[in-house]
Amino acid sequence: MATVIFSGELEKLTGDIRTEISSTVYRDMVTELVARYPALSRQLLEEMAVAIDGVIIVDPLLEELLEDSEVHFLHFVAGG
Amino acid sequence: MSEAKQYKYIGTRSIRPDGFDKVTGRANYGADMSLPGMIWGKILRSPHAHAKIKSIDTTKAEALAGVLAIASYNDFPSVADEVVATGEGSSNLLDLANNILAKDKVLYHGHAILAIGARTAAIAEQALGLVEIEYEVLKPVLDVNDAMAADAPVLHDNMFTQGLAETPTKASNIAARQEFKMGDVEAGFAEADLIVERDFYTPTVHQGYIEPHACTARYDADGQSMLWCSTQGHFDVRASTAKLLSLNLNRLKVIASEIGGGFGGKTTVYLEPVALILSKKSGRPVKMIMDRDEVFKASGPGSATRNWVKIGAKKDGTITAMQALLHYEAGAFKGSPVMMGCMTAFTPYAVPNMYVEGYDVVVNKPKVAAYRAPGAPQAEYAAEMVVNEIADKLGIDPIDLRLQNAAKEGTQTIYGPKLKAVGLVECLEAAKNSPQYQEALKENQGRGVAAGFWFNVGGQSSVTLNMNPDGTGTIVEGSPDIGGSRASMQLMAAEELGMPAENLKPIIGDTENVAFSAGTGGSRTTFATGMAVIEAAQDVVRQLKERSAAVWNLTADQIEYAEGETFSGDNRMTVAEICAGAERTGGQITGRGNINARGAGPSFAVHLCDVEVDKDTGKVDVLRYTAVQDAGKAIHPSYVEGQLQGGAVQGIGWALNEEYVYSADGHMENAGFLDYRIPLASDLPMIDAIIVEVPNPFHPFGVRGVGESGIIPPLAATAYAVSQAIGLPITDLPCSPPNVLKVIQDNA
Amino acid sequence: MAKIHVNTSINGEVVEFLCEPHETLLDVLRNDLQLTGTKEGCASGDCGACSVTVNDALVCSCLVLGVEAEGAEIGTIEGVSNKDQLHVIQQKFLEHAALQCGICTPGLVVSTKKLLEENPNPTEEQARYYLAGNLCRCTGYDKIIRAVMDAAETMRGAA
Ligand code: FES
Ligand code: FES
Repeated sequence: MATVIFSGELEKLTGDIRTEISSTVYRDMVTELVARYPALSRQLLEEMAVAIDGVIIVDPLLEELLEDSEVHFLHFVAGG
Repeated sequence: MSEAKQYKYIGTRSIRPDGFDKVTGRANYGADMSLPGMIWGKILRSPHAHAKIKSIDTTKAEALAGVLAIASYNDFPSVADEVVATGEGSSNLLDLANNILAKDKVLYHGHAILAIGARTAAIAEQALGLVEIEYEVLKPVLDVNDAMAADAPVLHDNMFTQGLAETPTKASNIAARQEFKMGDVEAGFAEADLIVERDFYTPTVHQGYIEPHACTARYDADGQSMLWCSTQGHFDVRASTAKLLSLNLNRLKVIASEIGGGFGGKTTVYLEPVALILSKKSGRPVKMIMDRDEVFKASGPGSATRNWVKIGAKKDGTITAMQALLHYEAGAFKGSPVMMGCMTAFTPYAVPNMYVEGYDVVVNKPKVAAYRAPGAPQAEYAAEMVVNEIADKLGIDPIDLRLQNAAKEGTQTIYGPKLKAVGLVECLEAAKNSPQYQEALKENQGRGVAAGFWFNVGGQSSVTLNMNPDGTGTIVEGSPDIGGSRASMQLMAAEELGMPAENLKPIIGDTENVAFSAGTGGSRTTFATGMAVIEAAQDVVRQLKERSAAVWNLTADQIEYAEGETFSGDNRMTVAEICAGAERTGGQITGRGNINARGAGPSFAVHLCDVEVDKDTGKVDVLRYTAVQDAGKAIHPSYVEGQLQGGAVQGIGWALNEEYVYSADGHMENAGFLDYRIPLASDLPMIDAIIVEVPNPFHPFGVRGVGESGIIPPLAATAYAVSQAIGLPITDLPCSPPNVLKVIQDNA
Repeated sequence: MAKIHVNTSINGEVVEFLCEPHETLLDVLRNDLQLTGTKEGCASGDCGACSVTVNDALVCSCLVLGVEAEGAEIGTIEGVSNKDQLHVIQQKFLEHAALQCGICTPGLVVSTKKLLEENPNPTEEQARYYLAGNLCRCTGYDKIIRAVMDAAETMRGAA
């Protein structure tokens, strides 16, 4: 089961610092999280970048999650 | 992984393919395009920092002979309160439109109000003088402290602070609050033997590219509209301009001219939509060029900031807690890079307890734009100054202190993920072993060390590699080449295809002859567009094998490819032979690489600065400078060194001289290179560049972007060197002669 | 305003043009004669991107009026190479990667040529001070100075 770790900002909405998810792709994970935490919206999550095992992905959809993957949502803007 | 791999082309110092045109003056930049029947556009700008526009009368201007069109906010067909993708991520469309041509309120000295297109630039200027505008002048706010005061004049009466537990009902100048935390800072400070905290100030600075913003536009009702402009991202120009003018993307072609510097400042639009409106209204092509004072007053500078940093450490040098409170000016519209400041401030350190809070604050200054590692230099400046002070107070060498606490693979970051392979330790060791670090200092001299971290980004890049019938190829990429990246693309394609670099010609396609590509920014081009080039080259190799298989009556998996030849058993064909016969094996060969690059590798930098201070005048001379940075793999070492050196010198300018000077009523008083003094050749020593190569595991050749990190360390390296030389703490930039003299006199 | 007729020589060729009395030489070169190799960075004499020679004096063409070209000999970046044969200075700028964006390059090449005519054997410091009027924001000047010193050495060897 992959683990999602919430930032302080998301923790306010989920009440959890971390949670385990059974999804194996990003797309399904969003669905799973939105179902689990009514305060989270799909739009909110999809507007954020995601880091899966340390690799930051700005516009994810089909990214795979492994058994021991660690997932963080983060805001991210481009550089200069 | 690429370690110890020997390359034939990568890592060589080839002559850049666009070089001949650039040293002979043939290369065409933003202002170099003229079209038959072309007219000139000029912009009327606000003389006030903060005012309501009561009325505008253009009757006299319109009556002037030679005036052909006037554009104002009302010429934007419809502007919605929505977010559009621009080069810097995204912008609110209303804010973007309002910044390009003010609607009913001007928010900074130089804010554009309307534009006039006329037969000559002189007539357009003359017509601007005939426009009559009535203002209700308001009090400006010019600093975060003033802007955040309870009774401050409010810039936007519909702006309510985001990111608080409860969104306030009263409008203010605070656009947003962010917070990042990790561990328990209070517990961390309780463990510390030494705690140092200080307030810092950094002024508004400009990217200072030598080429002013410029474009030529030709509107065509038939759907053939064209924009030629100097930009870091022509697809982003197309997106913003088309959105503002309600055009489908296929009705606007944007051609990226050669670009005379950007550093983040050419990632958004100022003139382009206006020129297109003037062209539409006049029926003529329109050229617009900003004057230098317009560039300073009204294109996006980098944020001024007020930051507080507190760091605790044990006697043995272990840092136990790091805390910061950051305030960034966004300029007239929300959206400073304060979040990036929060995310980068302490990332060079593996410390369990961190807390950073950041505020995005609007003031009556031009809307900030990205500036090389946007947001990072200001926050990391404050952090690195305090780290140096801790090292001094504990009697530990500042490089050793950093080595002891350095972030490495697996270090937890404050913004979420753990770091992958990074090269900070290697950079620190290289700095420690550098010739400069062995030099002894004399009286009135000081040395500063600082580290810098920047994420780097990946993103979308598209490349088409068209093979010609003689076996040469044209690489069509969509990323404007701002510092020699075409040379890198050429080398990567040459390596992959095993053929001489000069047989592969890289060009920047316009928005119609290559698919969408994100702009050149975020240190992404050599990394991401490079990956697209590699993929396109691999696609060509695949097809070369298929074609050979067809000729030899074999299957593609029986064919090998190396050094520009296919072979199988005794059969052999050169690329030139395969391409020459392509019409008989299925048509000409095109390789494609349309990707969204993942896995950009952060680049750490460590700089050393030695200065001498004249204590009578406060003048600072930089004596020696070393810039060390992790490039992952340097594709073209000369242009990597160039990024390190150029970033270092921009940072030295930021530390020593550069600042926007405003009068009390908000007028920018130094809008020219004479008074906004960027470093000259005579101000500087040679800049020793040391490239460290810790490969990025997510790039085929191990590349990390190098464009941005290099501007982060110079602020603290230089300012700390000054403070060492005078024996007094420095907190406020720039360390210009009057400011340094004041520090000396205040402590006399 | 009536335009003024000007007879001049640019890169050794006889040239005539009409210009407004207020037009700068830079504007004439760029807008009227399509010699866009000379660049504008500031139009106030502060950046050197517009460097040209007028009767052998190195000047900022943004500070010279077009009418002042009357009877003068003007040298611009377009006249530095011999057709496709690059000048040593241009070649050294390429070899040393002394340009990134390249907008400052035409001005620097013109200034360097003048420097080496006046002083074929400059010290690094002399080169830095001579070229202090040519701003470059990209390179930090390191590679430019190396290119200039190398060009000077090569030209002395060839002389
Ligand atoms: S354009 Fe003439 S000196 Fe800058
Ligand atoms: S190379 Fe860009 S200004 Fe010099």
